[in-house]
Amino acid sequence: MKNNCNIIAIGGSAGSLEVLLKILPNLKTTLKFAVVIVLHRKKTSDTTLLDLLNSRTDLPVREVEDKDIITAGTIFIAPPDYHLLAESNNTFSLDYSEKINYSRPSIDPTFETIADVYKKNALAILLSGANADGVNGLKAIKNNGGVVIVQNPETAEVPYMPEQAILNVDVNYVLNVDQIIEFINGL
Amino acid sequence: MIDEEELNIIVTDVFDLYGYDFNLYSKASLKRRLNRLFIMDKFPSFAEFRHKINSDPHYLNRFVEEITVNVTEMFRDPSFYKVLKNEILPSLGTHPFIRIWHAGCSTGEEVYSMAILLKEAGLLQKSLIYATDLNPSVLVKARGGIFPLSQMQLYSENYIATGGANDFSSYYTANYDRAIFNADLREKMIFSTHNLVSDASFNEFHLILCRNVLIYFDQELQEKVFKLFDSSLGKLAYLCLGSKETIRFSKIENNYVQHGKEKIWRKIK
Repeated sequence: MKNNCNIIAIGGSAGSLEVLLKILPNLKTTLKFAVVIVLHRKKTSDTTLLDLLNSRTDLPVREVEDKDIITAGTIFIAPPDYHLLAESNNTFSLDYSEKINYSRPSIDPTFETIADVYKKNALAILLSGANADGVNGLKAIKNNGGVVIVQNPETAEVPYMPEQAILNVDVNYVLNVDQIIEFINGL
Repeated sequence: MIDEEELNIIVTDVFDLYGYDFNLYSKASLKRRLNRLFIMDKFPSFAEFRHKINSDPHYLNRFVEEITVNVTEMFRDPSFYKVLKNEILPSLGTHPFIRIWHAGCSTGEEVYSMAILLKEAGLLQKSLIYATDLNPSVLVKARGGIFPLSQMQLYSENYIATGGANDFSSYYTANYDRAIFNADLREKMIFSTHNLVSDASFNEFHLILCRNVLIYFDQELQEKVFKLFDSSLGKLAYLCLGSKETIRFSKIENNYVQHGKEKIWRKIK
């Protein structure tokens, strides 16, 4: 990546949790950027997902609360039943508006607002999934000069989402999970 | 797409012409709402969008209704309502009279939820629920107490998850695709427009609920609203926010203690 990376946004749906559970333990703990994860998830108030991700990494994992500051070296998770948006003053805000692509959180608004704020310093990764959420978001990241990575559909448990991305967006890289880890650690 | 500059132009127009102040709303969300409306109503250009807003007061009603988020449900976050029912209402019940304010009540689903809890606790008769929103058209719906029948299964599940022991369907009458809530629930509700951005405190309350409203405000405006709530709460009164909202960035924090894990704070000084 030619530009400094200030933020990595990762989106996924069906079959993406397993991928994250492979990626997180292998990330170096000296990341100079924030990691934001949006997973399609059930609307529950329990902390299972947070606990699970926390157990796989030494990096701090936090489910976002409104107006949390976007901090380097922290992994942020979109909370259930809210859209997660990036604000230009380096904070998150939450949004309880209509579902997008049948989902709340939806990947698109997070990617789109990150594209808007971080422009060429944003990197977005779209993983396994069964609908086309995230595709418009990737377009926005790309159009604003950021870098776009898609999980190799052949390695995805549910290839539809990465396939849609490859069909509709001029993606920079199509990578296997090992290569994604290598790429992030090389930033 | 509407960019930041155009957003600021619209915000300034709407304030100058109509007095609605969206200046301190969270920009990311506001921009999405504006773009959504712009696309939904098929404006060919920003200039035409702006002209419509500036020249048609009827369209302004639609603008306000669509720019603000009016997605809500009954007994949203059952764990919150369970604590409200089991731990907060008994404490409120010791007062001879209970004043409650739902700030930003939207179409009223949470107001009816509260009325059901109060009724079941035997407290509704000595309560008054003030339900306010900046948007007059959602208040018309709230006052009507008619919600889509298709939602009742979810609401019933939420109600049961709060520990509700009655038959949820006894609280409404089904009529075609609508559920008409019983009129006795409405007897102690007072609906009124109130804009958290510009209007002052109008009473002192034992409980204020403002859930998933502050997420649309930036921190400066949140602070202003927290001060408004603080000045509207008596000592030992409660403030309830949405499940991902917090007072920890606010100066009023020191006067409050959080009630367990839920987003409920009690004013201690």
